[in-house]
Amino acid sequence: MSAGTNKIAVTVTDVSVVNALVKRFRFERSDGGLLPTFSGGAHTVVEMQDGDTHRLNPYSLMSDPMDQTAYTISVRRDDTGRGGSLFMHNSVKPGDQMTISYPVNLFPLDLRARKHLMIAGGIGITPFLAQIKQLSVMGERFELHYSCRNPALGSYVDELTEQHPNTTHIYYDDQNQSIDLEQLLGGQPLGTHIYVCGPKGMIDWVRGRAADLGWPREAVHYEEFLAPRSGKPFEVKLAMSNKVIQVGEHQSLLEAIEAAGVDAPYLCRGGACGQCETDVIGYDGKFLHYDHWLEDDQKTSGKKIMPCVSRFEGKTLVLDR
Amino acid sequence: MTIQFNDESFRGEYTFRNSDRAIKRFPFPFHEDSYMYSVNMERHQGGPEGSIYEKRFDVDEHYVSEMKDRALVLADDPLRCQSLPHMTLAGWDLLELIMVSKSEDYPDLFELHRDGNNWHWINKPMGIEQKFVFMDETTLPYGPLEYITRQTQGDFAVLDQRDDNLWMDAGMITTQADWSLDFDIGMNFFEWHAPVPKANEMGIFIRALKFLLNVQQGMPARRLNWTMTVNPLLDTSPENYHKWGIQKTTMTPETVGQKQHLRVELQTFFRLPRSNALVFPIRCYLIALQDLVTVPKWGRRLHRVIRDLPVELATYKGFIDNRPLIVDYLSQFDDGAPTSDGIWPD
Repeated sequence: MSAGTNKIAVTVTDVSVVNALVKRFRFERSDGGLLPTFSGGAHTVVEMQDGDTHRLNPYSLMSDPMDQTAYTISVRRDDTGRGGSLFMHNSVKPGDQMTISYPVNLFPLDLRARKHLMIAGGIGITPFLAQIKQLSVMGERFELHYSCRNPALGSYVDELTEQHPNTTHIYYDDQNQSIDLEQLLGGQPLGTHIYVCGPKGMIDWVRGRAADLGWPREAVHYEEFLAPRSGKPFEVKLAMSNKVIQVGEHQSLLEAIEAAGVDAPYLCRGGACGQCETDVIGYDGKFLHYDHWLEDDQKTSGKKIMPCVSRFEGKTLVLDR
Repeated sequence: MTIQFNDESFRGEYTFRNSDRAIKRFPFPFHEDSYMYSVNMERHQGGPEGSIYEKRFDVDEHYVSEMKDRALVLADDPLRCQSLPHMTLAGWDLLELIMVSKSEDYPDLFELHRDGNNWHWINKPMGIEQKFVFMDETTLPYGPLEYITRQTQGDFAVLDQRDDNLWMDAGMITTQADWSLDFDIGMNFFEWHAPVPKANEMGIFIRALKFLLNVQQGMPARRLNWTMTVNPLLDTSPENYHKWGIQKTTMTPETVGQKQHLRVELQTFFRLPRSNALVFPIRCYLIALQDLVTVPKWGRRLHRVIRDLPVELATYKGFIDNRPLIVDYLSQFDDGAPTSDGIWPD
């Protein structure tokens, strides 16, 4: 049941430095066969054996979806995160054997769109790289507005502006350039769909303005992967499997459940897809809900938790797992 | 060739027959002596050797004749195959999935040679050889969906996935249990299921949709569904109800064993890679009651299931009027002995 996805054994065939914060990794099938094609916007879950810790982190596929010889991902180093990106940056070398999941797409293109308007912030550019390759082959209309800190940290800016000079628009924060959203959204032809991927603030800003301007909800698509936050350790009782587990400071509840040998469903591991939704049987304490899956009333009900990102502080927590 | 293909008809004289081998591998759908809806999904990754579950797209002795019947239906009513403009990519996905699966699973019957986008497809049972450019519609005699499903048994609903729902935006539907693609095209999952009694109150659809939205690439799923059909008709469509509906009134105690067929659908679900659409192949298997009862466990069990089925379901499945006739016939094959769990013969 876990993942709901098949896994693929791969070999790391290239690691390249994109800039001071980002490295790109290339995976090929270890058995020499072809990888599945995928749709632009899909991610893969990369499994990492980091000492005693087993990490599963989702990364958007950025390579050409039609290219079955290799997948590439880009990883931004997060020096204050829980360690997955640091492991990728510091420990993964060409020739390493790794396991990744089949592609899963939680940020697909709406192929009915007459035009695809893409808004990216920072490392949020990666799903768009695959989508642009797909749309270019299909001869579909798109426009990219990409905001990054400065030219030195503008991942793939050169490639994009060279290949798509008329449809790529770059904005550098350091040069006080910013997307004129009002103007941009106001000037779109009927049938345009908006896609936004980047920091939470950017996603909220675009969704909010689009809603204010009367864009239909169905025409605004976004993807935000939350990294699970660290927090105080806590104890959980898993009722179905009759186990009591400890969730460590830098461990997510989902990871602790998996480490105890209990099979739990998941897809995005970032609080977005709803797959790991778990029933709470009893608790005495306070939930720290960090997902954007549960509705507000569900969050206050004390009956549901998304173990991939959310935590708990208090005396007892009993889950139906 | 390893399979001997029947020359038979699903209309007119109804020369359709199941061989002994086809009877033995029939997908009997009842794992216990009663029936109620359930989501009853399992992974579609192989099954017992020789069973209909073994291959991704089962090819059997009825293949060539079923494809001839499909061509006749399409000649009368081209709207049985439709694809909204945004679904062309999904059509190519499906063409690739079927060609790759069949050439790998039945290398003696089908061949696919690929050199980049230049593809060469050989379908020996149907005598078809086609060179074409993948993703270039102008190089095929039909769109990709229609081209490949004119050569593949079963109906195909191709569902777009967006807004946390599934949308019936393309399909090839000629062997259906009384529903219409032309009516359902563009509908979402809840809209096209609206006529089904009881299931909504049971929360079946919400659970089924949640499952289907999460069917992932490389993890196809399957389930069985069933109904009853008088005469071995593949095309029991609403469009042609005036032709086949009346045949339901023609059965007598003498002919019920020969005319009444159990109709079982093997429904599978595959995530399509390039389009992120979901394809829902619905493969129809027919068996005359007189053939079905040659497996004693199936005869006993079908009698109990049909006898005890809730009235709403027998009405929805269209055999409420014939139920007494069917139950009388089947009762002679039910000695009251206990049956074993599961669908397989004892």
